[in-house]
Amino acid sequence: MIETLIDIVLLTFLAVTAIVIVRIRSLFAVIMLAGIYSLASAGLFVVLDAVDVAFTEAVVGAGISTVLLLGTLALTGEQRKTTSRHGPLIPLAVVTLTGAVLVWGTWDMPLFGDPGAPAHQHVAPRYIQDSPNEVGVPNMVTSVLASYRGFDTLGEVTVIFTAGVGVLALLGFRRRKPRHPEREKP
Amino acid sequence: MIKSDSKPRQVVRPVITRLLMPYILLFGLYVQFHGDFGPGGGFQAGVIFASGIILYALTFGVARARSLLPPDSLQPLAALGVLLYGAVGVASLFMDGHFLNYSVLSSDPVQGQHLGILLIELGVGITVTAVMVLVFFAFFGRDEEGEV
Repeated sequence: MIETLIDIVLLTFLAVTAIVIVRIRSLFAVIMLAGIYSLASAGLFVVLDAVDVAFTEAVVGAGISTVLLLGTLALTGEQRKTTSRHGPLIPLAVVTLTGAVLVWGTWDMPLFGDPGAPAHQHVAPRYIQDSPNEVGVPNMVTSVLASYRGFDTLGEVTVIFTAGVGVLALLGFRRRKPRHPEREKP
Repeated sequence: MIKSDSKPRQVVRPVITRLLMPYILLFGLYVQFHGDFGPGGGFQAGVIFASGIILYALTFGVARARSLLPPDSLQPLAALGVLLYGAVGVASLFMDGHFLNYSVLSSDPVQGQHLGILLIELGVGITVTAVMVLVFFAFFGRDEEGEV
């Protein structure tokens, strides 16, 4: 009961934040609202018992990416430029159609927490049955991510590393040696 | 933009940052090394640790944070984490196992799994922390570049 109430409050919060983000012009406010959106999502993940995902969402979504977007704002402008050449009807129709198709698609999906869902029938029973003896770490999520799917996680770390290299290649630091020695502070 | 040192009025932010920093970093370490038992792991720990450092940089200036963690040493660290992860895989390959099969790392398979998971999570944590802080420096180090 109380969980449903929290869900409703958080989802309403998400919807309201999303609508305000779409309508508001000041990009500074948009960034702040996006951080609030991430924080509300993190709350939803806690309700769903996915605490580690909630950690990530709260730190990356609400924290680091907000800071990075503010940094971007400092390098660019603060006002959104609207360059729409058509009225609001065509985008509204596209969004409504896409949303309707997505909702229609969810009708085929198993219900939340359904034990007969395909995701719970494939490899999950084996992990749950054998991981206490095979891997032995109490947190089964860690045993799946780090051991059974170690290859995936290696790929993810490589992606993060590559992303960092990409950012440094684009916005990277200049060489240590100053090009204008006279500009150095006394 | 982030020059709080020049304004003497700002008191709350430095005090709160000094108060929170140790706990954020400690929580990051807890999430890192307790990931086998509770929620969390290398990625979560890395971003928590990096957010603590970013908070420090936002309060006390990017220049001080850069002297604390120089980008020149962060760049090798970012690569070191991935290399540590890969090295664990290669080590298990050389010990007659499959790539990333940690069971062969120790005489007791479960002990080997524990060791392997600890090492690869450490690699993930190092890379994520280093990359997050580097990306932050790349964004925010720019306007300081003109002065330094």
